[in-house]
Amino acid sequence: MPISPLHVTLILGLLVFVALKLFTQSGSKLPSTYLRWAILSSVCALVLTPFAWLICSAFRHPDVFNDYTFLPPLQKMLEGEITLGNFHRLLTNPQQTVAGEVYFLQYLFNSIFLACATTIVQLLFCSMGGYALAKLDFAGKKLLMLFMLGTMMLPGMILLAPLYEMLVRIGWIDTYWGLIIPGSANAFGMFLFRQATVGIPNDLIEAGRMDGCSEFKIYWSLIMPLVRPMSGAFCLICFLGSWNNFLGPQIFIQSPEKLTIPVILSQYLDVYKQEYGVFLAGTLIAIIPPAILFFTLQKEFIAGLTSGAVKG
Amino acid sequence: MASKYGRQLTPNPLVFLWPYLIVSSVFFLYPLFNALLLAFQQTNGPVTKEWIGLKNFSFILTDPVFYKALKNTAIFAFFSIFLQLPISLGLAMLLNVAKSKAKGLFRLLIFSPQLVGPIFVGIMFSVMFTKRYGLVNKFFQELSGWGLEVDWLSNPHLAMPALVLIALWLYAGFNMIYFLAALQNVDESLKEAAAIDGAGKWQIFWHVTLPAIKPVTTFVVIMSTIGSFQLFELPYNLFPNQNFGPDNSGLTIVGYLYIKAFRNSDLGLGAAVGWILTFIIMAISLLQVRASGTLKET
Repeated sequence: MPISPLHVTLILGLLVFVALKLFTQSGSKLPSTYLRWAILSSVCALVLTPFAWLICSAFRHPDVFNDYTFLPPLQKMLEGEITLGNFHRLLTNPQQTVAGEVYFLQYLFNSIFLACATTIVQLLFCSMGGYALAKLDFAGKKLLMLFMLGTMMLPGMILLAPLYEMLVRIGWIDTYWGLIIPGSANAFGMFLFRQATVGIPNDLIEAGRMDGCSEFKIYWSLIMPLVRPMSGAFCLICFLGSWNNFLGPQIFIQSPEKLTIPVILSQYLDVYKQEYGVFLAGTLIAIIPPAILFFTLQKEFIAGLTSGAVKG
Repeated sequence: MASKYGRQLTPNPLVFLWPYLIVSSVFFLYPLFNALLLAFQQTNGPVTKEWIGLKNFSFILTDPVFYKALKNTAIFAFFSIFLQLPISLGLAMLLNVAKSKAKGLFRLLIFSPQLVGPIFVGIMFSVMFTKRYGLVNKFFQELSGWGLEVDWLSNPHLAMPALVLIALWLYAGFNMIYFLAALQNVDESLKEAAAIDGAGKWQIFWHVTLPAIKPVTTFVVIMSTIGSFQLFELPYNLFPNQNFGPDNSGLTIVGYLYIKAFRNSDLGLGAAVGWILTFIIMAISLLQVRASGTLKET
């Protein structure tokens, strides 16, 4: 078995560790710190490699797709082995459907529209519910929260068949209503907002009431600005959830021109069979919007994700 | 004062709760009730149906394909908990050191696969696992001199290992976030006290750190179990022709549900699979809660 660059890197890394162990004092933290960051860096490299591969593959010319793992040498790159051809084909080659020609941009637009609509509705409904659970006293509140907790334990898949049947009956099949409304006010989101709202002092709300604000006004102009970090995290969770949702659109949407990116890309696997570059270009495009959102909202996102689990 | 502000002091919760109450009764309780009925009916599409008693359940429970799906799903869940979670915890412990900017960056990078939906991950890895040219094949070849010619996705024995590997890439960072948050809340003085008493690193980990993060561990274990048992999107696109691997070697319970309910248009059968799945998940979650409870007493 020949020695590969990977082996050289691993052996070098190990040698540095041994050298540190030998040449530092016995109580020194240097070797263990080095080892820690060496392991973490390798893990990061492993995690990021598929992304690097995806980006390189999307730009490689179809004729040389299998000749390289990542990028061709510079000389060859300039000779046209790196192209926008895959993207061009993806964007300009329409799907022939019963509704006429449908371009990839249409699906992109559908996905963005659906994700935004879902996010707005969920943000409104869940923050309203969360406020009520945190700050209002009413009969049966404990029971309601217990019920909500129970619904979270139930696997969503059990509703798939009956929900489909129901949407057919009320005429929401093949509409975006069927994708937006059923999950719009959910227990998970309401608990997140309850968690964020419960710490706001009651005096503030009382003061608002004294000033004659309506309950809705208190929620809207007093509470909502204060829970903005949680709103940011929740928006990202909703957006990702809708953007990556496959089963919903796959089952509830039938018109080809209304489909979303996850559904159409999995159909493209068949359409473009051996043209890996084309559907990998599509996958790369599909990752960009959530990535942009994530890197702008990542602090709030991670805080929001863990707040319920760690405190509660 | 009570009389003057009486109306405002007892605000009507319905002002805020109506969306949840309506949505959960119409799109949760009613379909749930319907799922109960459907499970005892044979359907052809959403329109024609017929009462058939327990036949759906007896069909499923005697179908070898279902047991294959159950076995695959159980294997996947097993590795999620006993391989992936320890790795997540290990990564979290490596990251949970003195405050540094690098920590935030590493956390972000290791978490990043979570951005890619499972359906897209399936597409990516379907190409990365190709014989001779796939990234994973080349990696194993470089590392160990084995694996270049392996055809992961057409080999019934390698379908589950492929899924476990992908899930490791996709979810290890996600669970790490939870462990990291929990570790940051562990009282440092407890660890120092144990160290002064002469406890070794492993003893501190076993007797101080692990008990302190137990609530989060229980939470993560239960969430991973529930998630694993609902695995569907990843294998859907991973295997050629969306047929869940050669000889159903990558078929999961939800994959089975999907095929029965939506490819073969028998919603009743799908609903019955849904109930069986729910029963399994509930039983395992309860056992896990029980187990973590008894550990607490000792």
